[in-house]
Amino acid sequence: MLQLLWIIPALPAAGFVVLALLNRHLGRRAAAVIGAGSVGLSAVVALLVAVSFIASPPPGDVYRQVLWTWFDTGGLAPQIAFYLDAMSVIFVVVITFVGFLIHLYSTEFMERDEGYTRFFMYMNLFVASMLVLVLADNLLLLYLGWEGVGLCSYLLISFWQRDLQNVYAGRKAFIVTRIGDTALIIGLFLLFTQLHTLAIQPLMAGAAKEWPVGSGFAVAAAALLLGGAVGKSAQLPLQTWLPDAMAGPTPVSALIHAATMVTAGVYLIARTNVLFTLAPDVRLAVAIVGTVTLLYACFCALAQHDIKRVLAYSTMSQIGYMFLALGVAGWSAAIFHFMTHAFFKALLFLAAGAVIESLGGEHDIFKMGGLRRKLPTAFWAFIVGAASLAAMPLVTSGFYSKDLIIETSLGSVDGNAWLWLGALVGSLLTSIYAFRLVFVVFFGDQQTPVTRRPRWRMLLPLWVLSALSLIGGFVWLPEWMGSFHPLENFLGEALPPLKTVASSFAYTGVSALLTSLVAVVGVALATVWLVESRAALGDFAARPTPHALQEFWLNGWGFDWLYEHVFVIPVKWFARVARNDLVEPAFSGLAWLNVQAWRALSASQNGVLRVYIAVAGVGLVVILAFVVLR
Amino acid sequence: MILLWYILIPAVAAPLAWLLSLSRPQAARWVAVAGTSLPLALVTWQWVAQAGALRAAFAAHGPGVAGLVQGTWLADIHAAWISPLGISFFLAEDGLTLIMLVLTFAMGLLAVLASWRGIQERVGFFHFMILWTTAALAGVFLSLDLFLFYFFFEMMLIPMYFVIALWGHEKRVYAAIKFFIFTQASGLLMLIAILALYFIHGRATGTYTFDFTQLLGTQMPSATAFLLMLGFFAAFAVKLPAFPLHTWLPDAHTEAPTAGSVILAGVLIKIGAYGMIRFMVPLFPQAVYDFRTVGMVLAVIGIIYGAVMAYAQRDLKRLVAYTSVSHMGFVLLGIFAWNTLALQGVVLQIVCHALSTGALFILVGTLQDRVHTRDMTKMGGLWAVAPRMGGTAMFFALASLGLPGLGNFVAEFLILVGTWQVSKWAAVLGAVGLVFATVYALWMMQRAFQGEETHALRFNDLVPRETGMYAALIAALVVLGFYPQPLIATVRQTVTSVQQITAGSPLSPKPTSAVQVGIPADRAPAAAAVADGTTTDGGR
Repeated sequence: MLQLLWIIPALPAAGFVVLALLNRHLGRRAAAVIGAGSVGLSAVVALLVAVSFIASPPPGDVYRQVLWTWFDTGGLAPQIAFYLDAMSVIFVVVITFVGFLIHLYSTEFMERDEGYTRFFMYMNLFVASMLVLVLADNLLLLYLGWEGVGLCSYLLISFWQRDLQNVYAGRKAFIVTRIGDTALIIGLFLLFTQLHTLAIQPLMAGAAKEWPVGSGFAVAAAALLLGGAVGKSAQLPLQTWLPDAMAGPTPVSALIHAATMVTAGVYLIARTNVLFTLAPDVRLAVAIVGTVTLLYACFCALAQHDIKRVLAYSTMSQIGYMFLALGVAGWSAAIFHFMTHAFFKALLFLAAGAVIESLGGEHDIFKMGGLRRKLPTAFWAFIVGAASLAAMPLVTSGFYSKDLIIETSLGSVDGNAWLWLGALVGSLLTSIYAFRLVFVVFFGDQQTPVTRRPRWRMLLPLWVLSALSLIGGFVWLPEWMGSFHPLENFLGEALPPLKTVASSFAYTGVSALLTSLVAVVGVALATVWLVESRAALGDFAARPTPHALQEFWLNGWGFDWLYEHVFVIPVKWFARVARNDLVEPAFSGLAWLNVQAWRALSASQNGVLRVYIAVAGVGLVVILAFVVLR
Repeated sequence: MILLWYILIPAVAAPLAWLLSLSRPQAARWVAVAGTSLPLALVTWQWVAQAGALRAAFAAHGPGVAGLVQGTWLADIHAAWISPLGISFFLAEDGLTLIMLVLTFAMGLLAVLASWRGIQERVGFFHFMILWTTAALAGVFLSLDLFLFYFFFEMMLIPMYFVIALWGHEKRVYAAIKFFIFTQASGLLMLIAILALYFIHGRATGTYTFDFTQLLGTQMPSATAFLLMLGFFAAFAVKLPAFPLHTWLPDAHTEAPTAGSVILAGVLIKIGAYGMIRFMVPLFPQAVYDFRTVGMVLAVIGIIYGAVMAYAQRDLKRLVAYTSVSHMGFVLLGIFAWNTLALQGVVLQIVCHALSTGALFILVGTLQDRVHTRDMTKMGGLWAVAPRMGGTAMFFALASLGLPGLGNFVAEFLILVGTWQVSKWAAVLGAVGLVFATVYALWMMQRAFQGEETHALRFNDLVPRETGMYAALIAALVVLGFYPQPLIATVRQTVTSVQQITAGSPLSPKPTSAVQVGIPADRAPAAAAVADGTTTDGGR
């Protein structure tokens, strides 16, 4: 069964090619069948491969499939080859399965749009690129997938390209992530030059063998890879593209946030964990970036009034948790959170999409309200998603993965109390903004009439994802709930185990209790804020200081403004000044001198005989004087 | 003999096209198609047939001067011409020549096809000029006698001048004269360098010859060598073009008719790269080494400056022209890095840039034919009008920004990774250039194709002849993106030979044993290939 591996990315890729070639000749139905069908089939194959991988593990718990050698010169011979281990199994299954649900949903969501075929073409390429990324055997092939998802994010965010605002957002996503990508590719230069291969496993083995812990090469390489990861995963300081990426159709947001793109950075760091183990300083930087980003994004989310932007910041925050886990060497915990996050974030986006679509494209949460009776499925899906996002204890999947990360941030030998505290505060804030969203959108008075109701192709993914968001966490229960952690055992084949401080406070169960507590307190605070004393708080928020703070958070702490002034405006200024080429004057000046010389010489040929004689006479005198006086 | 055909077929077709056009203008087009596709078929056949020979020659002779001189040519012609002056009719072909010939004829054919509708005046004379250029270009790539090389180098200038001056756009005469003066002036510097080399070699050995293979390794003071190297560099840097000698290019490309731009961008500027690899560096390795820092700085400035300038333009064609400055910066960088990775990248970049930029010029041409402007501020929302054209433009814009999966990426990656081994900062700054490439490529798409249709332009989408051309170019770029090995294998002999020639200089560091040591056990076959001499810098 494992030989079918190459078919998993090949199916959506083929879907892309077919849709691209037949574009105009396909009806909507055919486009939907090819677009969603290819990913669906891919998901089936992925499940088969996963079952086969688990039932009869290949030798060394790794399956490698070489298709062909990409090129071979100068000692550089990357292969088009796929590498399947426990970690890529998880990623592949989640990507194809969640990806399929999103495709299915899109067949209905996009049905009234022009460019239906183009939409599925890009979506298929997106899934294919992400699959290449997580299956790549070497870093160059990974980079191919990496750039592929960047491209698809651009194409899909600017999908409604009549509006230049959307194009701008897409362009921003591509360019900002490409800045990170540049760091990554420089990392590739470094790794290849030092270790003479780009194949990931030999590379990791070589690094472990040749570089001592803390060596300059290891630090530089890990830092460069981190640069790539923060770009794709929208972490500080390259996070600015993610909120604007909401310009795309909602299923695109779901795909970017749940199954593809933003988790690429998490995958990259987990995949190259050896490098990060060799560079403890960089790993600490990963943890700090994660913690700071998760808090930053929470504050931003609290102030947004676009339903999708709240969710965008929540993604940034949850990826922050994954980075935090990676930073304290909780590799498996990060992957666990990736999985549960994929379920509940896809659910939240798809539910939000159903709401937006039902209200005729309304994004502002304060123009929604009272929708719980009109859109019961979306309401319950949103409740489940928000609860999971907020880590409501015991019943949601998000609780198990987030609690694990919070515990790890303290219990790992690399953990510390500050990281733990940050994660806990983040959890409280998450709970507040998640339920703020629920209360504003679904409770209170209805503001906008419901014009359209979702049908089964949009509802089915909501049900399935709701179920997964509830039960998806039971694959790794905390110690105090009993010893049941098949996911940990499974990932343990591919990722190094976590070294913990055995006597840590983190594992006493008190930490878990606190995690549960802050989630519940968060809901309570949101209730107080929005249901009990909305008017009073409204007055408070209208005062200058809180209002300014709210504006500050709304605009993402002014990062856009900063980058605009530091980078964009100078480049634009230079481009404007240099439009006619700065070196051109040197050459046109030369031409001008020539013309002047020609003028002067022409002027001397004026046909007046006495001038000629006078000039000749003076010349003769000068020459004679020169000869005589020499 | 086959080499002569490459020059003769287009050279004979040229007057034929003109003569036949006197009765029926359309006939000139078909003669031109034949005059370019026939040698294209011939060289492709030779490529396929000799693929084995290329490998065998490599295995039998190994890399090196010995191999280069003693008949590892795929074919050669060595006839006396002006013997008293040591001038011979010396044509030879190796893998690099072969690739350049494929490119020449393919771009020639493309130029003819792209002018099918656009050129309606003096059709016969136009195709006469195009075929003449093609013949001269083939001569440039085949000559190994420096006098003959210079002869063809100048030959190709004249028809190109006329193509720009007669069929160009608004400022065509200005652009044509600028192009002519730049190329001519720098070409004269090269002629001086060639003559000086001829006399220095003659005085030292008593053999006065223009034969490049004999001139290799001529002993001379390093200051002299440096000056002569600068003479060659001037000519090739103008052609390439390298910053700051690039200012003829935006004018010439913009004002030239589509066919002219295609040949200029596709082949003509590549002479700069070819000349450096074939002649300049092998003749003066030490001088090139002394010049390396300056060369790399110019290359990096070219990459970033060209990209920013592209972004600054309002004229779509001028934008594409400036992207060439940026892309040729990579080529220059790779040449000065002078190792296998970088040089293979350079050759790949030469080919991929020809395909992607050629396509962009044709696209701008078809757009201009339809909307009668190149000003991007007068476009916008064209995707909705012509979606096939929009999608095609998107593809080539992505190729231009170096998207993985297309040949341009492999080329730029190889160049940069090779450069990294020589100069880390140059590689880093070159990689930063990729970000700027993203900016101009997406900007171009936004200005012309996305947004609202602001100018109510209505025109036809691509017709089958155009779709066919683009499809072929797209296919070629995708194949090169996922499997460039055939091309790499074809030029491997050349790439190792030229490095072998310069092995005595600090330009090619002696391979260290670290290369073998560092390769993990499971990559042993690759290590064997290294030992085979295919991979390390310089050779054994």
